[in-house]
This record gives sequence, C-alpha cells and structure tokens, in this order.
Amino acid sequence: MTAERVYSGGRPPWSAFWKLVAVEAKLAVRTPVVLMLSVGLPILLLIIFGFVPSFNEPLADLGGLTVLSLYAPILSVFALGFLGLVGVSMPLAGYREQGVLRRMSCTPAPPSWMLGAQLIINLGVALLALLVVNLGIKAFGVSGPKQVGGYVLATILCVAAIFAIGLWIAAIARSANVANAIGQVLFYPMMFFAGLYFPREMMPGVLRHVSDWTPLGAAVNALQTAAEGRFPSAQSLLVMVGYAVVFGAIAVKQFKWE
Amino acid sequence: MSIIEVEQLLKTYGEVVAVDGVSFSVEEGEIFGILGPNGAGKTTTVECVVGLRVADSGAIRVLGLDPRTERDRMREDVGVQLQESVLPSKIKVGEALDLYYSFYRRAADPDRLLDLLGLSAKRDAYFKNLSGGQKQRLSIALALVGDPKVAVLDELTTGLDPQARRDTWELIEGVRDRGVTIILVTHFMDEAERLCDRVALVDRGKIVALDSPDGLARRVHSGTLVRFTPSAPFDDRLLTDLPEVQGIERQGERVVVHGSGDLVNAVILALAAAGVTAQKVELGAPSLEDAFVSLTGRGLHDGNGEDEAGEVLS
Repeated sequence: MTAERVYSGGRPPWSAFWKLVAVEAKLAVRTPVVLMLSVGLPILLLIIFGFVPSFNEPLADLGGLTVLSLYAPILSVFALGFLGLVGVSMPLAGYREQGVLRRMSCTPAPPSWMLGAQLIINLGVALLALLVVNLGIKAFGVSGPKQVGGYVLATILCVAAIFAIGLWIAAIARSANVANAIGQVLFYPMMFFAGLYFPREMMPGVLRHVSDWTPLGAAVNALQTAAEGRFPSAQSLLVMVGYAVVFGAIAVKQFKWE
Repeated sequence: MSIIEVEQLLKTYGEVVAVDGVSFSVEEGEIFGILGPNGAGKTTTVECVVGLRVADSGAIRVLGLDPRTERDRMREDVGVQLQESVLPSKIKVGEALDLYYSFYRRAADPDRLLDLLGLSAKRDAYFKNLSGGQKQRLSIALALVGDPKVAVLDELTTGLDPQARRDTWELIEGVRDRGVTIILVTHFMDEAERLCDRVALVDRGKIVALDSPDGLARRVHSGTLVRFTPSAPFDDRLLTDLPEVQGIERQGERVVVHGSGDLVNAVILALAAAGVTAQKVELGAPSLEDAFVSLTGRGLHDGNGEDEAGEVLS
C-alpha cells in the first residue's frame, strides 16, 4: 500500500509545489470573479474606447497623441492593480480564515508554498492581461512602447509595488471578505489617480502631483514616458520601489499563517 | 517503547488555564484515548503534541523529536485530523487527496484510501458539496495519506451517522493493526470504550485518571451494577439502606445502583415493597461513563460556562 519516494532535504519535491500551483489555478478558474474583473474589464474598456472616434484622433493638447494611446498603460495598470490588491490578498486571507494554511502546516509542505502559488498564478494572469491589452491596443492602431527596456522595468516595479500592497492586505485582513473590501476600497481611488476616469495628462496640477506619489499613478507615469520613447523618471520608479519595499516589509512582519 | 511522551504540559489563554500539568506517554501501536467534556483541554493538548501550538511549559517528545524545534522532521510521520475539516470549498475530493499525497515522501495509495473510506464515488465532487460525514472521512483520508507512524485524530466521528461511525471505527482498528500509533480525542464514551487500549480522562485541564477502559470502570466500583427507570419517584434511602447497595446515582430518568451480592433481587424487591416498578432494567459492569461521573462528580455532557469559554479559546 505504500511506495517509498526518495527526495533530498526535509521538503517535498518541487513537483509537489507545481501540483499545488496547478490545483490553485483550477480553483481560481472555478471562481472566476477576480479573473473577469482583472482581465475582462480592461479588455471590455479597451474595445469600447477603441470604437470612440474622438479617442482615435491625435490632439494638439496631448502633443499629437490620441486619447486611446494614453489608455494603453492605464488599462495595463488596471489589470495589475486588481490582481495585486484583490487577486493576491483574497485567497490568502480566506485560506487563513478557514484554516487551510493551518492544516497545510501539518504536512511536510510549507504553507509559504501557498503564498508562492498565489503569486505565481496572479503573475501568470497579469502577463496574460498585459499581452492581451497591449496586442489589443496595437490592433486599434496605437504603436507599441518606444523605450522597451524602460517599459518592462516600469511594469516589473509596478507589479512589485502593487503585489506587496496585496500581501500587506492579506497580512492584516481577517477574512476573504475583508481582504476583498480593503482591496477594492484601495483599488478605485488608485485607479482614479492612475487616470482611469480622465488621463493624467488632463488632470489639474494638484491632482497630477498627488498622482505622481500613488503606486499606480507613478506606474502610469513611467509607462507613458517609456511608451513615448524616453526612459521613465527616477521619481516614478523610486515611488514604486518605495511602495514595494515598505509594504513588502510590513507584510513579511505582520503575516500570520493562522 | 514510548512513542509519545508528554510531561507537565501547561497552556493558558489569558486567565483561562486550558491545560494544567498534563503528563502521559503513548506506547507504540496503541490507540490512546483522550476523553473529556468540551473545554477540558483535549484539543489544546494534542495541538501542542503536533506542534500547532506552543505550550507555556512542559516537555513533549514525539518519535523522539521536539514538536516545537523539530517540527519539520516530525511532519512526515505524524498525520493529523483537525477538528474542523478545512479545504478550499471548490477543490475536488480526488484533487485534495492527490495534492496531499504529493507532499509526503512515503505515502499511502490515494485510490485505496478513497475506497476504504467510501469516497470513491465522490472523487469528482467539490469539497463544499460533501455532507458533514463525507468531509469528516476525507479529513481522515488526508491524515492517513502520508502513511504516518502516528495519527492524531480529533473528534473522529463527530457529525457521522451511526453506521458511518461503526465503519470509521473499523477503519481505525485496521489502521492500528498496520502498526500506526493513534491518539484519539473524543467526548464519546462508547468510542473510547470500543477503540482505545488506554484512556486518559481529562477534566478542567487535568488528567483525572489514566487506565484501560475496563480498568477505569473497575476502579470505580468493584461490584455489580443495576440500571433502571422507576415507574414512580422514590426516596434514595429506600435503596441505600439495603446492605447490598453501595451507592446510587441518578442520570436523568435513569437510576444507577452499585453494589454487591444479589443486588438485582434486593433492589427490585425493595422497590416493589414501596409500590415502584423497575422498568428497562439493565445489569452489568460499570461503564466508562460511570467512571467519569464518579471521578469528576459530573457527567460528560454537562454544560459548564467556564469550560466553554476555554473551548472557544482553544
């Protein structure tokens, strides 16, 4: 009835970790609310905006850019923001609440694997969302980012910042519902400052200044700069690094498995 | 050889002393019962044993390891069934078992476990759609899938119907027969009597007695015992005055008389003389329940506000 399987060290083999990732991915698909909001909504917005004629006309006020081109980074950041704030935090807080992590801590598999699995799944979905949004916006005739290195760097830092905030929510929220609530309460103001309702280029000076210091505002700033062909400003990148480091550190300190 | 040793375990939650100086050892291959009312400190004790909680003081060795500092090495050999079965609501039975199977170096065949626990037909069912009993059985399967040397089972049959309870008992005996040492936490007397080689009676954080189920029962009353339901109220002295009678206890409607000699006849005659008939008469040796009442002065299922506070915390 038993089979001896040999692996080194005290931990199960990595194949077990990937099995966990696969199971968690299936669970995410079975409750697809987060997927639909994080990936589906930006795509829907992209399609709507893409068919608004005025959004496709170059404007002198915007230095010859179209409104649609301004939305490329905003919609990317939409997907990353929702995945980070809600996608990462909700399952972890829920698993802690239900005792799933506690039960797992009784097996040789470390519960930190669950954290790793959630990060990988949300990163995977984030990549997918970025791909679809950027290909979609290209299909509507907007050219791709001219400073690819800066664009990729800004994307990575945006993920680091927003996922760190998501982990912080997972650390402080006592249940999945609380995590969801905190995530959404943070998400919509952040998206306001990221320019979802009117792009940063159209914001009055004060608002834009505040936006520069928000994680998603800084991300859109950096992405837009790179899209136009310049390397993102040090401030925009450092703001994201700051959020990643500060919230990451608090999350590590406060995170409890039970 | 002792496979688990617990010495002077102490655990408090604020003002509440959940476990108050508990010591016991569990021998290899036995089913060791921890029996007591809700809030007695049973769950806290075993959670310390498996390393889920850290005791305030005391020493624990499981398979020669310290659950606090050597928990990593312990997990491979100690299977745990927690009181609440906890899995993501939309995981399928088969997925959960396969996943946990992959976590262990040495593992039991998941398909056979599903078969043994009568869950084969539920392989593709979501966890949230299982009945209470099915969740419980899956939880047992997860505790056994790592082919443990020690299995800690907390409230094994709570929420199961009578048939499922008996099936589960048989399963646990089968597991024990394969050489697995089992700690069984329960508040069911019949479960402890049926399964356990030795039982620790726990009350208010202390072990009040530790013996085989028979030994515990014998320790209470050496003589015989008569249980009956009287047809009418009567004064205890009617029976306590009899030379054959040593003690009388009332358990709800039922009356339990301990004594020696020709106890049954003496009791029935005395009652008849007072115009009382003894109905549903049972004879026998004292049960574990009698032992518990006698050792703690109260029943297993008596409510107790203070203790329930402890249970909420534990």
